[in-house]
Amino acid sequence: MAEQHEHHEELSFLRKYVFSTDHKVIGIQYAITALIFLFFGFCLMLLMRWQLAYPEQALPIIGSLLGETRMPGGVMLPDFYNQLGAMHGTIMVFMGVVPLAVGAFGNFVVPLQIGAPDMAFPRLNMASYHFFWAGGLVMVLSFFAPGGAASSGWTSYPPLADIATTGQTWWLIGMVLLITSSLFGAINFITTIIQLRAPGLTFFRLPFFVWSQFVTAFLLLLAFPPLEGAGILQLMDRLAGTSFFLPSGLVISGQPLAATGGGSPILWQHLFWFLAHPEVYVLILPAMGIVAEVVANNTRKPLWGYRSMVYAVLFLGFCSFVVWAHHMYITGMGTVVAAFFQATTMIISIPSVVILTALLLSLWGGSIRFNTPMLFALAFLPMFGIGGLTGLPLGLTTTDIPLHDTYYVIGHFHYVVAPGTIFGLFAGIYYWFPKVTGRRMSEFLGKLHFWPSFIFMNGIFFPMLIQGMAGVSRRLYDGGTIYAHAQDVLPLNAMMSWSAWLLALAQIPFIINFFVSIRKGKEVSDNPWQATTLEWAAPSPPPHGNFETLPTVYRGPYEYSIPDQDTDYLPQHQPAEA
Amino acid sequence: MEIPYTVETRPDTGLNNVKIGIWLFLASEVMLFGSLFASYILLRIGSPAWPAGEDYLDIPLAAVNTAVLIISSVTMVMGWASLMRKKLNTYRLYMGATILCGLIFMVIKYFEYSDKFHHGYYPSTNTFLAIYFTMTGLHAAHVLGGSAVNAYLLGPGTKLWKKNPQMFINRVESAGLFWHLVDLIWIFLFPVLYLL
Ligand code: HEM
Ligand SMILES: [Cu+2]
Repeated sequence: MAEQHEHHEELSFLRKYVFSTDHKVIGIQYAITALIFLFFGFCLMLLMRWQLAYPEQALPIIGSLLGETRMPGGVMLPDFYNQLGAMHGTIMVFMGVVPLAVGAFGNFVVPLQIGAPDMAFPRLNMASYHFFWAGGLVMVLSFFAPGGAASSGWTSYPPLADIATTGQTWWLIGMVLLITSSLFGAINFITTIIQLRAPGLTFFRLPFFVWSQFVTAFLLLLAFPPLEGAGILQLMDRLAGTSFFLPSGLVISGQPLAATGGGSPILWQHLFWFLAHPEVYVLILPAMGIVAEVVANNTRKPLWGYRSMVYAVLFLGFCSFVVWAHHMYITGMGTVVAAFFQATTMIISIPSVVILTALLLSLWGGSIRFNTPMLFALAFLPMFGIGGLTGLPLGLTTTDIPLHDTYYVIGHFHYVVAPGTIFGLFAGIYYWFPKVTGRRMSEFLGKLHFWPSFIFMNGIFFPMLIQGMAGVSRRLYDGGTIYAHAQDVLPLNAMMSWSAWLLALAQIPFIINFFVSIRKGKEVSDNPWQATTLEWAAPSPPPHGNFETLPTVYRGPYEYSIPDQDTDYLPQHQPAEA
Repeated sequence: MEIPYTVETRPDTGLNNVKIGIWLFLASEVMLFGSLFASYILLRIGSPAWPAGEDYLDIPLAAVNTAVLIISSVTMVMGWASLMRKKLNTYRLYMGATILCGLIFMVIKYFEYSDKFHHGYYPSTNTFLAIYFTMTGLHAAHVLGGSAVNAYLLGPGTKLWKKNPQMFINRVESAGLFWHLVDLIWIFLFPVLYLL
């Protein structure tokens, strides 16, 4: 090992950038790949928004490029809308947000924040990345499968998914690869956090971001395998002619289906949501972690209630395994079962509220620095608040039954994952960019990115809540034009779509800022934000092996504005003055 | 910079990295098979009729297979214990026996499967056979995977013994833990599919 270290300068290009085992390179690989997928998934949605705003009208230029099987004469076929919807959901969740939040931020930041030279299993880490892009590639290529990509929603409910075109098989194979990737990652994160903490870094001195990644890794480790199991069963249904998810007596287009039947479509829903509810916490926890770091740093105050936040996130992780059937109230479950899941759902909202409240109270009395990462972090708080609060009515049967499958649901969870998580992730990009590159991103362009994004995000998603309460169903390729009850709220569609397209334009300052700052950004010291946590003790960018000497930790993570000190921050690795 | 605790234990956790890693992996495997067992239960409860295992399956053969796997678990432990006593050759013997048992299991499984196909029983025949083939198939894949790891540790992997004996012992121990899990899953599969 020691010799290897001395020779690392001579690593070939392939070993250094493609098959690297350095957690920082892998983190950057994850970041770039995930950002590309996010952009791709975003573009799919931009197409959908055309169809929703101007149903049945030809989309100029782009429409005709997409071909006769998708948009003949530029008019979107319903089938293609379904493919876009299913793939937008899948790509955003499994190939965009999770890899960015966990694969990229987790990989890059966690070992640095705990004072480790690398992840515990570097080669496993590399394998995780390669499984990830392979899975993503299978998903994207499935658009060219006969009959197109998967079109049964990101939830892949059978029986529809069982009898769908080949794209669905590709979806399942892609998922198995992605699940393998996240399994490797999860094992690595948990082991790293338990074993590689620097001397003195006890669990209750860990930055909240590390805690959030720790819990996230457990969710990935334990919740994903059941979806893999479900995926295997669905593959068997599709390829070996079994009927795990096919009930008896199915008739398709007037033809009785040649299968033994006797299976249960509800079984898939149980297995799917057993994963997918914890998955929503996988989507949100890392963002909460980032926001906690940014808030503590820019209020120049210790986080309010750090310990309660840690207990809350642990409790939340545990509870997230016993709420899944709140997605299934309309499957005809008994009242006792429904009562159980309503109770657990109300209980799980408590830790989220604890965390959000702690973050809000942390602002109180702080001397806040309104830089770009802080703006995104501050915006996260109310946006996640709206997302969380609109979720409560979906957790109770009386209100969920009318709201289920409407745009209200879409509005609710997008408030959590788009202006919530995505803003959290942007905060992270602006915050850690100097650590990754040694240069800072432009504040002016950052603000030019933030304000329009904030406005247009709300322009898209708030009307969704209104449409949903009026009863407009989701997943309709024309947005519901034939429904009488939808007429009053349909005009909102054009405004939402324009917001979406303008939101796309609002990302241009970010893209410019990102690429220009890599080369031309202002060079910064190791600790430009005057932060306390260990990643700032390493050089920017950190070399192979991260620290010149392994740091020792003397204090908690957020010792800001301690009275009678020369500076308003005490880094974790700074010894107490004798 | 070297990654700490790859071989030696960390004093405050009392574990090395590999040990934690393998247990986490086993936890995920438990969830994977757990989901299939849960599916089995739900499918069976939801069916108006469910065949008895013996209607389709060969109980004596499966009983033999159960014995074979249990023996292989014992030989696996013996192999590890021989290494602890620094007896590489005894280890080789026991590890060889473990792999052999894995192969015997697969051969018997092969005869079972081909007998089913011969009678025209396929996964598509009914839900019982569907879950039978899926679960035992996935389990057989694990037996193969475990045997491949064992074969590596018997062959080229042994070189590590000279360079870093403790690391080699840790690897054998991890492979052993996985092998015990594969064995344990079968011990659940056998009664659930064949006897109940
Ligand atoms: C800011 C950008 C985004 C916009 C404008 C947007 C918009 C939309 C729209 C219009 C739909 C289709 C609803 C329907 O057809 O009924 C949709 C569906 C979906 N989106 Fe997004 N989305 C965005 C970001 C995200 C992100 C970041 C995620 C996940 C992390 C996500 C996950 C999903 C999922 C899972 C669905 C499928 C919903 C269903 O099953 O019906 N979206 N989105
Ligand atoms: Cu849920």
